[in-house]
Amino acid sequence: MNHEQPDETVNNVVALKTADAPESASANDWSGLLAALGAKQDKQLFVSLFGHFAPRVKAYILRLGLVESVAEELMQETMLLMWRKAHMYKPEKAAASTWIFTLARNQSIDWMRKQKYPEYSFDETFDQVDETAEDAGEQLVVSGHLGAIIDTLPENQAQVIYMSFYEGRAHGEIAERLGIPLGSVKSRIRLACEKIKAAWRDV
Amino acid sequence: MSIRHHLDEATLLSYAAGSLSQGMALVVACHLSMCSQCRKRAAEQEAVGGSLLEDLAPAEVSAHALDNLLSALDAPVSAPEEKPDECRRVKDSRLPAPLGDYLPYTLDDVPWKKLVAGISYYDIECQTGGVSRLMRIAPGKNLLPHTHKGNELTLVLQGSFCDEIGRFARGDVADLDDQVEHQPLVDSNTDCICLIATDAPLKFTTLLGRLVQPVTGF
Repeated sequence: MNHEQPDETVNNVVALKTADAPESASANDWSGLLAALGAKQDKQLFVSLFGHFAPRVKAYILRLGLVESVAEELMQETMLLMWRKAHMYKPEKAAASTWIFTLARNQSIDWMRKQKYPEYSFDETFDQVDETAEDAGEQLVVSGHLGAIIDTLPENQAQVIYMSFYEGRAHGEIAERLGIPLGSVKSRIRLACEKIKAAWRDV
Repeated sequence: MSIRHHLDEATLLSYAAGSLSQGMALVVACHLSMCSQCRKRAAEQEAVGGSLLEDLAPAEVSAHALDNLLSALDAPVSAPEEKPDECRRVKDSRLPAPLGDYLPYTLDDVPWKKLVAGISYYDIECQTGGVSRLMRIAPGKNLLPHTHKGNELTLVLQGSFCDEIGRFARGDVADLDDQVEHQPLVDSNTDCICLIATDAPLKFTTLLGRLVQPVTGF
């Protein structure tokens, strides 16, 4: 395999795979790379994206409670889907990390439930809104700062966000685990969402 | 379409996180395909997921993973991947697209089961707990008053109903939890058809409801 041709960023991400200092520019770069992969199926682009996202996708699947071998398999399937579906990725709609997150989420759920996770799409029979008119620039601000924002949340709010995303727990399960009413789980989630969105708008 | 009743923020977050029951996720996906406002909010919640993915400490991937994948990239996509669903799918423009994967009928040939006079239902096969069903209720009928142990989502597909909260028509979703007791009354001229999901059994507050419950599997 040819590791010499690509510019240094390719070798870096493949070799390092660390979570250190996510530059504010990096999220945009990944979105640009993924869009480029959609435009032309270039294996070097795939190698770069794999180097960054594969270890994170696998970490996510492990957090959901799946065993190592399954996490490895689902990670590989997710990366293969990324290659096959990249032409459907719209950088003005979502950051690369968001798009890949939904692929990994759906792969994991499909595996756990043996049934396809219900996905939504724009349905012109029901809805005449022109989606392209919606503010295109917004998602660029949205990524990359969440860790810092979550650090500012009260612990009980950060906890329900983590339990939802990283452990895949439903409201009722969270309520049971924390020994609080269902309504409190939901209001904590609502408060956390409000703060996250407010912080994103302020960036 | 002017939709007046939308999804709760907490429901959208759980949908984005993949932590909703299958039946509830189906109602959410159906509402989202009808409602651009909620679709935008869902995209924001999925961005939370994307950021969390970005923040995770990377796990070690198998040494062969990249080579395996690189050699798999050129392989032709094995057979028609999406097709199995495709052939089951029945086209009915009254039904939101996500329902197509779960309901192999048009609204006209759903094999309704009668519950009581004027109220029938059809259970949708869903893998996780809770209820996932279509309800069909005749004009002027009301459902038994009930509360919920957990969450309940009701999406109107045809007709309309009123309850203590307001009036719900096509595309509207009632996103309720155990704080609410309600008794929906159908106020449209046609049958009201709703897609309903819960993440726990319903709790009827009347004796009749409690008697009917074990029979109907609520």
